[in-house]
Amino acid sequence: MPEFFHRKIERTAIGFVIAIIAAASVGGIVEIAPLFTIHQTVEDAPDMRLYTPLELAGRDIYMREGCYGCHSQMIRTLRDEVERYGPYSLAVESKYDHPMLWGSKRTGPDLARIGGKYSDFWHVAHLTNPRDVVPESNMPAYRWLARTALDTGDLGLHLRAQQAVGVPYTDEMVANAAADAFGQAAPDSPFAAGVTQRYGEKTQVSIFDGVVTQLTEMDALVAYLQVLGRLTDAAYANTAAPQQAPNPTN
Amino acid sequence: MVQQLTTGERQNALVILLCIFVVGLAMAALGGFDPFGVHGVVVMLYSGGIAALVMKHYYDPEPAPGRQSQYYDDPIKAAIAFSLAWAVFGMFMGVWTAAQLAWPDLAFDSGWSSFGRLRPTHTTGVIFGFGGNALIATAFHVVQRTSRARLAGQISPWFVLLGYNLFCIVAVTGYFMGVTQSKEYAEPEWYADLWLVVVWVTFFLLFLATIARRKEPHIYVANWYFMAFIVVVAILHIVNNLAVPISFARARSYTIWPGVQDAMVQWWYGHNAVAFFLTAGFLGMLYYYLPVRAQRPIFSYRLSILSFWGITFFYMWAGSHHLHYTALPHWVQNLGMTFSVMLLVPSWASAGNALLTLNGAWHKVRDDATLRFITVAVVFYGLSTFEGSFLAIRPVNALSHYTDWTVGHVHAGALGWVAFITFGSLYTLVPSLWKREGMYSPVLVEVHFWLAVTGTLIYVFAMWNSGILQGLMWRTYTQDGTLAYSFLDSLVAMYPYYIARAFGGLLFLLGAMVAAFNIWMTVREAPAAAQRQADIPDTGLAPGAAPAE
Repeated sequence: MPEFFHRKIERTAIGFVIAIIAAASVGGIVEIAPLFTIHQTVEDAPDMRLYTPLELAGRDIYMREGCYGCHSQMIRTLRDEVERYGPYSLAVESKYDHPMLWGSKRTGPDLARIGGKYSDFWHVAHLTNPRDVVPESNMPAYRWLARTALDTGDLGLHLRAQQAVGVPYTDEMVANAAADAFGQAAPDSPFAAGVTQRYGEKTQVSIFDGVVTQLTEMDALVAYLQVLGRLTDAAYANTAAPQQAPNPTN
Repeated sequence: MVQQLTTGERQNALVILLCIFVVGLAMAALGGFDPFGVHGVVVMLYSGGIAALVMKHYYDPEPAPGRQSQYYDDPIKAAIAFSLAWAVFGMFMGVWTAAQLAWPDLAFDSGWSSFGRLRPTHTTGVIFGFGGNALIATAFHVVQRTSRARLAGQISPWFVLLGYNLFCIVAVTGYFMGVTQSKEYAEPEWYADLWLVVVWVTFFLLFLATIARRKEPHIYVANWYFMAFIVVVAILHIVNNLAVPISFARARSYTIWPGVQDAMVQWWYGHNAVAFFLTAGFLGMLYYYLPVRAQRPIFSYRLSILSFWGITFFYMWAGSHHLHYTALPHWVQNLGMTFSVMLLVPSWASAGNALLTLNGAWHKVRDDATLRFITVAVVFYGLSTFEGSFLAIRPVNALSHYTDWTVGHVHAGALGWVAFITFGSLYTLVPSLWKREGMYSPVLVEVHFWLAVTGTLIYVFAMWNSGILQGLMWRTYTQDGTLAYSFLDSLVAMYPYYIARAFGGLLFLLGAMVAAFNIWMTVREAPAAAQRQADIPDTGLAPGAAPAE
């Protein structure tokens, strides 16, 4: 009789703790462990590229400022979402994301495919004061980003830690992290060539915030926003009627 | 407080504080101007301040020899004070962030005060600051009374309480500086996470050792819940926070979990933080303070067993309902949805068990605002668990996800259930702990009750309306088959609700401030009550005999 059994178990503290651990472990193990072993969980995308050091720094700023609290980066498999934001998100697109930034709330719109939809200039104006370009917006203004120099001294450490958790940065990328961050925001500098050489021809090298002399947090954040949804074209190839990936000209 | 410790224990406390101070010093030296170094200074100030307190009373008289034959209530009193301070802070941050959504210029053009940095100060302040300290207070109180045994340690309860609050302080000061892992409800960085593991393991051992001392053959049901809360939160915390720091001198790390697996781990954690922090722990409160306040025994032992194991087993499967229609594989979404719906059974078994316990005491619910707090908590528990199961159904989630409906649901639970059961428990606990006849002002309890009910209803109705409206606007099509509204149209429609929500939250904050004042005055002013038998643990001696140390 179950009641008899329970009267026994509730008389021993250790037994009770073990029973709790046993009951509570099953769900997590069954749902999480197979995600690492079932191959179909994450699609193959041979053209998938890595975040450049500047984009990774921008991603850190995105996290630091809590952007994920109001913006999702996960387009669901629903018609209205696909028509509003673009092809639904694939698991492979966040394969190198530690952590993922799928978000849970849309006080503002989804950003999974924001890259290339607006010009760098628009992003800078919008981040400086959102109400200058979207009068009804309730997004905070991030004026100080353009005034704050980007700390590139630690970028090598960031890439090294990314390596440690399984992102395939090469040692060459780690060694050149700071130079590549500078080069990506200074197209006419000698450092620019190394960025496309290491991270691919599709990397956007641009004077993001309009000022070439100083590398700012604004540069990094805009570089990150412009790469969102553009690490791979897999999502565009996957749909029944393939859409065109956005191709910015700025 | 220090007077309750012997000279040897005072020395041990100072040694522990010195070790923590040295760790802080090392952090400050290594980190420099990085937030890691700033946190080193925070650790030094905190441990140094407490050490100063201990030293101030170092030469005070030793405790009376009968110490071991009494319950250990000093840490509980301090935990209540911490809890109320965090409540006022956390709820104020909530009102401020809510107001920023309606009036974005309230960020005053600074980084530390912008919405994204303030939001975790609100969530951590109320969940871990207010809720966590209330859980520590009530767990320490309930385990002693229901086991008829004193806490199994002199310094360890203080270590748990003060160490836990150090974690909260490091977390919140970090958010202002932009230190975050971005994992919702697990934002603190690696060193704070490691520290919490040390504190939490101590908490677990202390709780277990106290139960092992019990003079009752059975472990009371409230302790089952406190135990599940402590054990499972430890598992969740460790797994979700596995990360590689970029350096041992920097406040930055990268989680080991990538993309889709990280999403699953995060919401396995996130949903079970709701389950085992905000549900199991507070059910522990319910199972003690409800019968005490209503003077009625729990309605059904069997329902208690059913709901306890149902909650412990089912909840851990439910996290994936946060990821419907995402890139998470369909089979995991299905499991999450199924178990979320099944979860209604143990949840309503708990709520039903509590309501049926009130049979024969409903006249007290009418007259006693404290018991009414507990009753309303049970009703909101029932409502929000029903809503939770409903929202976990995939097509419903298609409408509700990403909208304010989720926020409304969370607050129906957090305000209506968690805060109400906490205040009901505190109003029961405070007079008995400080040996008072009752609260300083029953009228103020009544005022708090109505402020809290009005605030919660305004908040929840505003968010239901805005969430459903938002969800519908996003998916409305014109007759030509194009989307009817831009995203901006849906944002503009939200403004009235954002203002209403901030107002509802403000009422709730005012209520919490009334409670803090009332409890403060109870401690200071209320007349003392006579000693009761329930205030003394079972020492195995005849009443009146001199207890041995």
